Amino acid sequence: MKVLVAVKRVIDYNVKIRVKPDHSDVDLTNVKMAMNPFCEIAVEEAVRLKEAGTATEVVAVTVGPKAAQEQLRTALALGADRAIHVQTDERVESLGAAKVLAKVVEEEQPDLVILGKQAIDSDNNQTGQMLAALTGRAQGTFASELKVEDSKLTVTREIDGGLQTLSLALPAVVTTDLRLNEPRYAKLPDIMKAKKKPLDTKTPEELGVEIAGKLKLVGVEPPAERQGGVKVGSVDELVDKLKNEAKVIS
Amino acid sequence: MSILVLAEHHDGQLAEATAHVVAAGRAIGGDIDVLVAGENVGAVAEAAADLEGVARVRVADHAVYAHQLAEPLGELLVALADDYTHVLAAASTTGKNVMPRLAALKDVSQISEIIAVESADTFKRPIYAGNAIATVQSEDSLKVITVRATAFDAVSSGASADVEAVDTVVDNALSSFVGEELAQSDRPELGAAKVVISGGRGMGNGENFKLLDGIADKLGAAIGASRAAVDAGFVPNDMQVGQTGKIVAPELYIAVGISGAIQHLAGMKDSKVIVAINKDEEAPIFQVADYGLVADLFEALPELEQKL
Repeated sequence: MKVLVAVKRVIDYNVKIRVKPDHSDVDLTNVKMAMNPFCEIAVEEAVRLKEAGTATEVVAVTVGPKAAQEQLRTALALGADRAIHVQTDERVESLGAAKVLAKVVEEEQPDLVILGKQAIDSDNNQTGQMLAALTGRAQGTFASELKVEDSKLTVTREIDGGLQTLSLALPAVVTTDLRLNEPRYAKLPDIMKAKKKPLDTKTPEELGVEIAGKLKLVGVEPPAERQGGVKVGSVDELVDKLKNEAKVIS
Repeated sequence: MSILVLAEHHDGQLAEATAHVVAAGRAIGGDIDVLVAGENVGAVAEAAADLEGVARVRVADHAVYAHQLAEPLGELLVALADDYTHVLAAASTTGKNVMPRLAALKDVSQISEIIAVESADTFKRPIYAGNAIATVQSEDSLKVITVRATAFDAVSSGASADVEAVDTVVDNALSSFVGEELAQSDRPELGAAKVVISGGRGMGNGENFKLLDGIADKLGAAIGASRAAVDAGFVPNDMQVGQTGKIVAPELYIAVGISGAIQHLAGMKDSKVIVAINKDEEAPIFQVADYGLVADLFEALPELEQKL
């Protein structure tokens, strides 16, 4: 079966972000960028399905600026066979991304699409669900385990009270939770080989997709700072402060 | 304005989060209906009708809605959404699962995990693991929104809304429920607890989490964990507090053996009072802690339990 994996270029997860002085957005100039951690897990799972003989081809796709090709090359180095870059400099919201991906799904006809459960920049947690809706497919969100059997997919999901297992009809859409797998590192020879793998570039216009949505970013501000606290010298002092100063225990 | 709130419920009980989402609905203003979808949810509907500010409870009680799978629930919401300007759900795993499906099917954007209502079309929400707050304005005719329950005070109970059945039944050939494994606990639910005590990698192993039990019992606290503790297999993942786990905002949050990575802080930094117990004086958790105790947790925890 064919697997499509969507990846996103985001700020590196270790970076302490800065809000622009005019509060229009977060400042991304000269900031280290990387593949979204949940997307790395999606790529890893697709590559594992290929190694297990379940998947025959893994196609990586991204929607974003020219620089996002770096993340596609990373996916290729990790084991994807080819890549599709839908290039745009517009701000892409989840719905716009899902519409582009739905077109790619229509063209590529993958049996399984794997995405991360959320991007660590917008923290939306929407695109996979929207893609499933737009393509009329079943969804297995927040997956911590996947099993492909015949024309069915068994997905274990991380839900609020614990774990839930569902059986989905293929083709389906899955989004990854952190515990699905431990992504590998790309080795240097694989990074070199990845440079020769096919990477198609398209535009949303070519796909006939209007990505602009009706959600306007009015402004971005830093969160309220917490007051600096105090260090206490002993457990006694801690209990005393909690009882008599903070009054949060009795 | 007319608002539909998707009720959150488990095991035939209305979840506390619903009262917080209704509060967000009241901040938007307008008539608020609550949709209870599931199987054998009569008691849930009654509890929802009891919430202050609810005009009407609509009940879709059918086997196809059991376990609230995204595919049938999404179809149901699509069928009802035309009567409303806003559809709200808690930013729980259920809300996060189904609401984007509704939004895409209605060709509108979804606004995730709002923490404040500025006006009927403008909302605040955290981005970048809570390190920035975005204000977003939706020009869509239908606003599909998930609500961070901890950011809104629950409405009180004691009202009596009308309860009426929704006859819409949809097919679901796409997905079926196989089973679930729920963590058993007598403690308060993590997301709603007034006091939370969490352990991190510093706990060393799962066995040592028992050191938190006695303190949790004395304080009526829920027990949480950092991702490091979950990944190390100390505790199950539904105890995880953080960007990728649960968001909590209790009166008192006690972080034990937790360094305070950005991803963890995203899940607890709106707690009223934060206490950190860590032997590393330089740990970032001390920058947000109201009270910090630099100590070996294996000595501090038994002493704390004894002195409470």
